[in-house]
Amino acid sequence: MTDTPLLKVRDISKFYGARTGCRNVSFDLWPGEVLAIVGESGSGKTTLLNCLATRLMPTSGAVEYRMRDGQMRDLSRMSEAERRFLMRTDWGFVHQNPADGLRMAVSAGANVGERLMAIGERHYGNIRETAGNWLGRVEISLDRIDDQPRAFSGGMRQRLQIARNLVTAPRLIFMDEPTGGLDVSVQARLLDLLRSLVQDLGLSAIIVTHDLAVARLLSHRMMVMKDGLVIEQGLTDRVLDDPREAYTQLLVSSILQV
Amino acid sequence: MTTADLATYNFAYLDEQTKRMIRRAILKAIAIPGYQVPFASREMPMPYGWGTGGVQVTAAILGPEDVLKVIDQGADDTTNAVSIRAFFQKVANVAVTTKTREATIIQTRHRIPEEKLTAGQTLVYQVPIPEPLRFLEPRETETRKMHALEEYGLMHVKLYEDIARNGHIATTYAYPVKVEGRYVMDPSPTPKFDNPKMHMSEALQLFGAGREKRIYAVPPHTEVVSLDFEDHPFAVQTFDKPCALCGGEDVYLDEVVLDDRGGRMFVCSDTDHCEERCANGHRGHLAYDKEAAE
Repeated sequence: MTDTPLLKVRDISKFYGARTGCRNVSFDLWPGEVLAIVGESGSGKTTLLNCLATRLMPTSGAVEYRMRDGQMRDLSRMSEAERRFLMRTDWGFVHQNPADGLRMAVSAGANVGERLMAIGERHYGNIRETAGNWLGRVEISLDRIDDQPRAFSGGMRQRLQIARNLVTAPRLIFMDEPTGGLDVSVQARLLDLLRSLVQDLGLSAIIVTHDLAVARLLSHRMMVMKDGLVIEQGLTDRVLDDPREAYTQLLVSSILQV
Repeated sequence: MTTADLATYNFAYLDEQTKRMIRRAILKAIAIPGYQVPFASREMPMPYGWGTGGVQVTAAILGPEDVLKVIDQGADDTTNAVSIRAFFQKVANVAVTTKTREATIIQTRHRIPEEKLTAGQTLVYQVPIPEPLRFLEPRETETRKMHALEEYGLMHVKLYEDIARNGHIATTYAYPVKVEGRYVMDPSPTPKFDNPKMHMSEALQLFGAGREKRIYAVPPHTEVVSLDFEDHPFAVQTFDKPCALCGGEDVYLDEVVLDDRGGRMFVCSDTDHCEERCANGHRGHLAYDKEAAE
């Protein structure tokens, strides 16, 4: 780990007219760190994530990112071209609904290869080989490489979306409820996969989830949000085992024990 | 002014203000090769899809001294070509020809003449869908942004899909090209056989899409490169037989079904080129033989 954070977030607020999306959120994200943002629906988690990933313009505040050359850059001051380039090379965004992040009408191989082609890879054989490798890493068998994602199950689509995002070796991944809508056993496999990928690749990740089990398994640190504010943050185990705020205690105690 | 004058059309059908507007769009298109310039396309006395864009471009650049040639799939004698030629004869009273060499303006639907075009000639294409990214990205706002930021990875996704499904790049017409190293352009549904002719052409090439309200251009001596992969390079169609009438090789051939027992012939799609070769004594195996007929 280096002594400068990868992402520096200062006083991010987003208002929708008179309504609050999120308010005065500040934190640092370090290389290799996985941060979970938890809270009930409507608490501003997704708004915050979209502000960080430049999918939304925050009303106030600043997000700085350490580029590959080591310079900290203010995301809102970058040109759109730079931002879009960053988003498809150094970043990944995993949507809750895989159909939002995939091209459903082109084959799995092309879905994974798209980012490579976007950054100038022009050798079909190499693109296909890389795509095949990535499908293997996310446990999709190689004979499905020419199938369209619409022929895939929900879990496979989600894994394909992850492969598509990771193919350019990004340093930061944003995930919005990556396990939402999957059944429990598929969820478990996906979590297992995500955990090993994050570890192997040294990725940093920001994961939005309402599922505390996901946060427990994947994240090093977590933030609890309520009504647009971060009410508690700390190491995941500390927050889950020793919640201080009343709301966090409520949240932790409402986990179903089977 | 006599009543006879009032009853005639303005020269080349369009009013002068409209022609001026179209010329401004054309000038801008020439200044930015491959960029699609929006223009206020007019209703023309023909249905969309019949070449309303090409007709408007031709009308805007046509002068009384011009000699016009109109081809449809390379042929001078098919419905679309005949009616557009007749249209300009009527509304502009210009000279028309079927000879590629004699024409100053050639309006085309889907072919570039086999004979090399020269400086001073203008080729006007009729374009149905000007946006090369359209079938992969339906949003116009997004495709414009992609052109602006030169994000053309998606174009290769299409070619990748072709190879993945067919083993080779199966796109045979409307094959995407990059113009002057900047804009990716749809060369209208010409067969990819004609793509190399666009590269460094001496003639001015103008593209008009009437329904989509876009004009774009390739000025003379402009680089036009067909997109491909390093291990699947761009290649034009080849034909294993020569033209059945003129015996021409290295030309684009049309397949003509002769009977219902599988009989077929391959003939030049460029009728002018074929006729000229026949007149010069070239003979294919199905050529009409005057002496034998007598």
